[in-house]
Amino acid sequence: MTADYSGLAGAVLPEAALTLGALIVLGVDLVFLRRQSLAIRLRFAVAAAALAVVAAIALTLKGGAPGEVFGGVLIFDSLAMAVRLGVLTLVLLVLGISLGAPRPRRPAEYVAIMLFAAVGFNLMAAAQQLLLAFLALELASLSLYVLAGFDKSRPESVEAALKYFLFGGVSAAFLLFGFSLIYGLTGSINLPQIAASLAQQGLTPLLAVALVMVLVAFGFKAAAAPFHLWAPDAYQGAPAPSAALIASASKLAGLALFVRLLWPGFHAVAGNIAVVSGGGWLPVVAILAGASLLLGNIGALAQTNVRRLLAYSAIAHAGALLLGVIAFGVAGPAPLFYYAMTYGVATAGAFGVIAVLERAGGCDKITDLAGLHRRSPFLAACLAVFILSLAGIPPLAGFFGKLAVFAAALQLGAGGPAGWLTFAAIFLSAVALYYYLVILKQAWVAPPAEKTGPVAIPLVTAFTFLAAAAIIVLAGLWPSFLLDFF
Amino acid sequence: MSLLPWTIYLSFGGAVLALGAGARSAAAARWIALLTAAAGWGLVLVAAVGFAPAAGLQTVADGAWIPSLGVRYHLAADGISLTLLTLTGLAATAGVLFSWNVEERTGEFFAFYLTLIGGVYGVFLSADALLFFVFYEIAIVPKYFLIANWGSTNREYGAMKLVLYSFAGSALVLAGLLWAYVAAGSHSFDLPDLAAAAMHFSGSEQVKMFALVFLGFAVLAGLFPFHTWAPTGHVAAPTAASMLLAGVVMKLGAYGCLRVALPLFPAGLAFWQPVIAWLAVAGIVYGGLVALVQDDFKFVIGYSSVSHMGFVLLGLAAANARALSGAVLQMFSHGVIAGLLFAVVGRMVYDRMHTRRLDELHARPLYRLLPFAAGTFVFAGLASMGMPGFSGFPAELTILIGVWQTSPAWAAVAALGVLVAAAFTVRVMQLAFFGRGGEGTAPPSSTSLPPITLAEKLGAVLLLGATVVIGLKPDLLLNWITPALQSPFFEAVLKGGGQ
Repeated sequence: MTADYSGLAGAVLPEAALTLGALIVLGVDLVFLRRQSLAIRLRFAVAAAALAVVAAIALTLKGGAPGEVFGGVLIFDSLAMAVRLGVLTLVLLVLGISLGAPRPRRPAEYVAIMLFAAVGFNLMAAAQQLLLAFLALELASLSLYVLAGFDKSRPESVEAALKYFLFGGVSAAFLLFGFSLIYGLTGSINLPQIAASLAQQGLTPLLAVALVMVLVAFGFKAAAAPFHLWAPDAYQGAPAPSAALIASASKLAGLALFVRLLWPGFHAVAGNIAVVSGGGWLPVVAILAGASLLLGNIGALAQTNVRRLLAYSAIAHAGALLLGVIAFGVAGPAPLFYYAMTYGVATAGAFGVIAVLERAGGCDKITDLAGLHRRSPFLAACLAVFILSLAGIPPLAGFFGKLAVFAAALQLGAGGPAGWLTFAAIFLSAVALYYYLVILKQAWVAPPAEKTGPVAIPLVTAFTFLAAAAIIVLAGLWPSFLLDFF
Repeated sequence: MSLLPWTIYLSFGGAVLALGAGARSAAAARWIALLTAAAGWGLVLVAAVGFAPAAGLQTVADGAWIPSLGVRYHLAADGISLTLLTLTGLAATAGVLFSWNVEERTGEFFAFYLTLIGGVYGVFLSADALLFFVFYEIAIVPKYFLIANWGSTNREYGAMKLVLYSFAGSALVLAGLLWAYVAAGSHSFDLPDLAAAAMHFSGSEQVKMFALVFLGFAVLAGLFPFHTWAPTGHVAAPTAASMLLAGVVMKLGAYGCLRVALPLFPAGLAFWQPVIAWLAVAGIVYGGLVALVQDDFKFVIGYSSVSHMGFVLLGLAAANARALSGAVLQMFSHGVIAGLLFAVVGRMVYDRMHTRRLDELHARPLYRLLPFAAGTFVFAGLASMGMPGFSGFPAELTILIGVWQTSPAWAAVAALGVLVAAAFTVRVMQLAFFGRGGEGTAPPSSTSLPPITLAEKLGAVLLLGATVVIGLKPDLLLNWITPALQSPFFEAVLKGGGQ
């Protein structure tokens, strides 16, 4: 391995910008802003962080895709670059949302940790070596645990963080165990060598154990059934911007990480999706996908809490995303990325609307959305765009994500398991429309409850919603812009 | 012809404008909606004047849209689509006139209304299967909000049921289309391309794909026994939405069957033909019989729509040139007549009497209180019964003759439906309008009702005029429809399904 430090430094400039931004946010707050009001401290932190993210986006665009750096520890291919830009965009949206959410007690720490999480996400997408992959994942995860429990005054937030942390810790242990088995079996922690070695030795029982352990961690990260149990509690209790980050950027980066592990790394032992007993990880992912689709969509029907509903919807979407993982082999990353990205924007937007309503009085039950069309037509319109996109109604982006993933998955054989999963996903989307309409019914049909007034939205947050809705609409009207990125 | 795509853009643009204007002035939103709908209709009529009937679709807009999935932005029209575009413009304009009295959230009402119309125009113009589907779905969601916000009886239930049925149907369609797209391997959603590729599908594949796509569309066309959303939804809807839903949106389903399901999978049609035909016949008779025993005025009309749409589906199932052209004619005819009937029930009667119960209406001499409404309903009822001189007569007659060529048994049972239609129409006419309440005594002053407005009269005249014109001269439309069916696109359907 050649240690090309200058190449590495050039390739991770965007991450350096994020880290520097986080340090500036922390330092300035510590030195100059201790005596200022929370509002001013939050505004400064968000502004500085947004600048850092914009700088990172500019550096990413300017730097291009350098390919493998530092002897192949990191690979900046089109997938890594796309996910990097996607993550940065999502973090920017979440930053805008956090200005409209109930104010955190320590704004500088809150925002800085978001930036650290973003660094973790970016490295996850580019990691091509098990050790770095694990470190990046842990950097992101530890940041997210803190973000989930940031609102110490609310027991729900603490509960969310604890559940998220316990499940996350166990899944990290599984992942590490799986990685060490793979290292033991192949003698390498670099994916290209692992792939070559696996191609020779094929699927051994010990490797099967290792694969299962990796998939457990994947299932946790993607909130796929049956590893989804943390999601409803974490989504419900965490501060809304944290939940938005967990549901959007974290999912996008996690998918990129595991897709890179599974396809370029372990494709030799993918197995045949149609033969469960034949071994390989494809049938296992297919089972996770089917279970998530069923459980997410049916579980969502029973929810009365908005955030839990979004959590079950996230589980259902995880099922469809896993379908995209399965289809990665024939269709490449484009459908998966498009789906995960547009899903992230829509779900972050929905959490943003919840955040603004929480600051305006409360948004717990779905019925708390009642009369939103009168309390804030703008917010109601944005919520409609986000929710209808999640439901997969054209011409919004959510539909084209589903279309691309389903068309790709069907290429694996309409009569086989991939076909059945796809058909199930399509039919379950009709079930899903019901619970999405339940949300929109409150927002657009029901009259406002007593003692609720107009909702005030900070200008920056309103602009964030507008940007998110514009992304959803434009990515729907011109899907090729994202689909042809690869 | 090149103006036709503007019907879509105009409607969506009008929706945005109405939404913006409605925040300040309800009247402005109304006028914007009326002008948009009328302008859309005008564009269709201008295009119709310059239209040269020909076999095959005439492209009006074409461009790459999503190259990586083989989706084109391909809009095209033939005589069939032009017939239905004319219907859409007419029903949209009349619908605005009959919703002039919407006072609550007027801007939003017309925004949803015009979005629905834009989607409908898009469906009738699409020559790419996926574009077709996109517009088809765009037309679904506004229905929910129109019914749930501005509807009446049991509106949230009716809205949800209607939308979920529509969406479940469209999920079936999407599954079938994607399957065909992947199996074709030609990397194109363009309908002629898909049809060409589908010729090489095995028989059993066609049978399954046809079942998915046809059933998906037929749910929206009210195929028995998947019709139950239609009466509840149409009864719950506000007048303009009922008019559009029964008049135009149900035609989206039938049009989808005709434009997508039949030409793509003729072998599937041959397999399923008897099943569809008997379900259609069952719908005709069952819908009529249920309409006969309703005690809610609007439910009578709701079930009559199921019965009349049964004729369309029967025509499609028979799949010979005459039955198909009759089916298209019936789509137009029922669109106009159902619109008119719902307008009388929902706007002229219910908005004034605040009841739709036939026994309560029967206690009042409506023919004296609302002579214009009574007169309109009598004419509309005659048209609905299939009286010569109105559009229902040539349409149902053409279908029955065509169906007879395929199977006399279907035609014979379906003809029973015509009798039932006469029975329930006469019954409801008598119960609703010619009550005993006024006999001998002058109506008390308290029964004086708001007079029928100019907008309502105008709308009624438009719709009545259309049914009379087509009733007297069905060739106006048949001259468009018949050549369109001679396109090679329909060749396999006519050959495979006919005998």
